[in-house]
Amino acid sequence: MTFYDVVIGPFVEFDFMRRALIGSLALSLGAGPVGVFLMLRRMSLAGDAMAHAILPGAAAGFLVAGLSLPAMTLGGLVAGVSVALLAGLVTRMTVLKEDAALAAFYLLSLALGVTMVSLRGSNVDLLHVLFGSVLALDDDALLLLAGVATVTLVTLALVYRPLVLECVDPGFLASVSRAGGPAHLIFLGLVVLNLVAGFQALGTLLAVGVMMLPAATAPFWTQRLAPMFGVAVAAGALASVAGLLGSYHAGVPTGPAIILAAGVVYLLSMAFGPAGGLVWRLVPARRHRAA
Amino acid sequence: MNAPAIRFEDVTLGYDGHPAVHHLTGEIAPGSALAVVGPNGAGKSTLLKGLVGTLKPLGGSIDRGALKSGEIAYLPQAASLDRSFPIDVFDLVATGLWRKIGPFGGVGANGRAKVRDAIAGVGLTGFERRPIGTLSGGQLQRALFARLALQDAPVILLDEPFAAIDIDTVRDLLDLVARWRGESRTVVAVLHDLETVRHAFPETLLLARRPISWGPTAEALRPERLLEARGMTEAFDDRAPVCHAEHAA
Repeated sequence: MTFYDVVIGPFVEFDFMRRALIGSLALSLGAGPVGVFLMLRRMSLAGDAMAHAILPGAAAGFLVAGLSLPAMTLGGLVAGVSVALLAGLVTRMTVLKEDAALAAFYLLSLALGVTMVSLRGSNVDLLHVLFGSVLALDDDALLLLAGVATVTLVTLALVYRPLVLECVDPGFLASVSRAGGPAHLIFLGLVVLNLVAGFQALGTLLAVGVMMLPAATAPFWTQRLAPMFGVAVAAGALASVAGLLGSYHAGVPTGPAIILAAGVVYLLSMAFGPAGGLVWRLVPARRHRAA
Repeated sequence: MNAPAIRFEDVTLGYDGHPAVHHLTGEIAPGSALAVVGPNGAGKSTLLKGLVGTLKPLGGSIDRGALKSGEIAYLPQAASLDRSFPIDVFDLVATGLWRKIGPFGGVGANGRAKVRDAIAGVGLTGFERRPIGTLSGGQLQRALFARLALQDAPVILLDEPFAAIDIDTVRDLLDLVARWRGESRTVVAVLHDLETVRHAFPETLLLARRPISWGPTAEALRPERLLEARGMTEAFDDRAPVCHAEHAA
């Protein structure tokens, strides 16, 4: 077994591996920066809630049109954006905090979805929706993933300043501009978009993994904002390659393999990362600077 | 800098129908420095929220003249700042330029020079690239004052700006307030230290829900007035009757 056989060969030999690689790299490119913002806003678990909120929409699309990419994408988008908008509005207009509002609406959405599915009886194909099919990405799915990554990066660049300021000092932003609310809602839309794209490849439940695990990895490498995005994207890309290869060689499902690889990257960074990795705490600081 | 006069016309501010500032009438003259003094729960912070416009009056009206939104710079008591966010002093202070550059405009060489000047003006030169999470309380307050200065607003509101701040920092920041007054900006500050008030603020509003006194500081802070302010009842009464009082003209 040479390096070529292990790392390069599978991608050269098989079309479906190349497609899976392109798809998961595109996903990492968009989802990583979105995840960093979620983490910095202390909304890491909101991604998970949104993934649950999207699931019923995707299932509804599946029930109406079968295993059709446009129908499931549209269903997921509608469900996700509705939950995000409702939760955002409730947060801004009532005393309820965002986490409580989001919890209420995603649970409603989930229950609605489960009810709809059970009315039509269960279906094994539905497992594809839940757990993804990264090894079966067709041209449409690849275009969707690439399109979402493009829209995500361009949109983040456009709302970057109000979004950062809404995270750092929302009170100040409100005193100089009304951009905070729209920026936040647009950002939630990006979260939904990336999760919807992710469920093509990884399934609704695992899509959030490629968003949050690379984001949680980033602070162990840098304490500056801009490089964090780069680290998150790199961690996601590394996990995509490693997960695909691990899945190929060990014959395990690909979606979970990618997320597990992202988990390994996260744990290694937590242990050895140059910015606050755990091992550095074990080395006693014998010297300190004079000032 | 032409700050317009700000007029209160029988203003009542509060929460859930309960008054926190009750029947306030008066005027803040352009370019004046007004201290707002009173016991805890007297409605001082509420008054500033009403002034900046985030809290709508339950009654009466506040006339801000020709002030546009964003022309009142406001430093809240507990800034909503997330100190763990990875942003450095320079970028934080630079957000004070928002009114000029908005969400998309570039800061530019001119803007960067202004940011550096503002940082130098509060004695934080050398801290430009420090993450805000590593600053002490006093250093952070200096940075927030630099941002206020950069906002270039005709009216500046400060809510307990010197709480838990050491003497040297207070002195430096008061110098900045004096400079703002020299530029004919209106400064309104909620303060507890009466020495500071007497020293740096010619006008004082003594507030205990209702206005106790409003005028030249020495007059407004006479001992019998202070005693009267301390007699204020703190609690909201859910069974209190609806207030029909006309403002004391």
